[in-house]
Amino acid sequence: MITGQTAAESEMLEIRCLLNYIFETSGYDLRNYAYASLRQRLKAAAFSARAGSIAEFHQIIRGDGKALQQLLSSIATGVTGLFRDPDFYAAVRKKVVPILRTYPSIDIWHAGCATGEEVYSMAILLKEEGLYDKCRLYATDMNESMLQKAHSGVFSSSLLQHYNDNYQKSGGKETLSLYFRRREQECCFSESLKKRIVFGQHNLVTDSSFKEFQLIACRNVMIYFNKQLQERVFRLLHESLCSFGVLGLGRGETLKFSKIEEFYEPLDARQKLYRRLT
Amino acid sequence: MDFKIVVAGTSLGGLKAITALLSALPENFSLPLVVIQHREYASGELLKGLLQKVTCLPVQEVEDKDAILPGRIYLAPPDYHLLIDRGEFALSIDDPVTFARPSVDVAFDSAAASYGQGVLAVILTGAGRDGAAGAASIEAFGGVVLVQDPSSAEAKSMPQAAIAATKAAHVLPLAEIISFLHQNCCLGGQPQHV
Repeated sequence: MITGQTAAESEMLEIRCLLNYIFETSGYDLRNYAYASLRQRLKAAAFSARAGSIAEFHQIIRGDGKALQQLLSSIATGVTGLFRDPDFYAAVRKKVVPILRTYPSIDIWHAGCATGEEVYSMAILLKEEGLYDKCRLYATDMNESMLQKAHSGVFSSSLLQHYNDNYQKSGGKETLSLYFRRREQECCFSESLKKRIVFGQHNLVTDSSFKEFQLIACRNVMIYFNKQLQERVFRLLHESLCSFGVLGLGRGETLKFSKIEEFYEPLDARQKLYRRLT
Repeated sequence: MDFKIVVAGTSLGGLKAITALLSALPENFSLPLVVIQHREYASGELLKGLLQKVTCLPVQEVEDKDAILPGRIYLAPPDYHLLIDRGEFALSIDDPVTFARPSVDVAFDSAAASYGQGVLAVILTGAGRDGAAGAASIEAFGGVVLVQDPSSAEAKSMPQAAIAATKAAHVLPLAEIISFLHQNCCLGGQPQHV
């Protein structure tokens, strides 16, 4: 009989083996992703491919290039929503907007933007604060198909009520419907909201800094990385932020394990807004 | 039994049971105790405050990559999955599992994969069936599952689903779950063989 400990160990070996294969064939390096959440995603993907184990799933992927692509996009998929964590946007309005007002022009980076809901949320907020026209928002992700969805600015009408709630809780000043056109089952953000957003492909794991920003939002992206990879990304974000610029993380994320922490002070500790000191 | 971690799951109505459990833990409770309770995004740090009032053990809401240390109570933050990742925590915003985020299934399964036989899992009162698959996973990896006796639970479906999904879960009233923890998870406690 296989005991629990060896079952866990053999599963880990199977996962390592699969990750090596993925890296060799696709160039995507998932080996420094957080093990527990990656394992869960791999197990879910194996389950939907009707594989009984990771090893069996590995065999399926070896024989079917499409299955590998499917797996990669399921791993790259970020779940997000308009004004996700309304308190974060309320804090941005109250504490970050006054800082942004002091700049003649403002560059903002949404690193790991997934399907773009958060960058549209930021764009709406900036419009209502009268800052939009002097901002440029860069929204990047490693996944091409998600970027396309982000760029299209289309979301399902079924989400409207939830999004409206979030918008109100975040301190929205108008009505959300001002910013999109509804076509039956779909809504599409207006061109006037999109015009200053630039979408582009960027991989936080392998690419380097490309510009200096006054505000960087990288929310719920790094939770999927291990500490070593997180440190690389923190360094990259730090290099991309101007002195006295603001860094926004997800509510469950923290700077406390990074070496860059000493260069920051919390602007809002609960909402994970940090200001670079030098 | 040589446990390394205790994971406890309950749904929205489980506050009373969790409070009773924590308030009964002695100072020499020597394992990390992870609480996964379904709750609203808006609950903020309220739960932490409430629970800290009933125990002398430090209570904290988990942040990504926090180390898992003995003698501490860890709470799953709202609207994230909490995963146990060999000595530290990991968070995820993957889709809800069995309608829940945090999901007891996700946390239990990750605990099983990290600590195998060293996991003691507790399913308390709750609605729905979250935790059942996770409890089965804990058994498969060699851990031990305690389930609150449905007849003494305020909401029975979560305990019932966990009992149905497992082969050897110990079905106990809350008071006996507490004495099990006293005997098996405290420094100087008398190990009880099960």
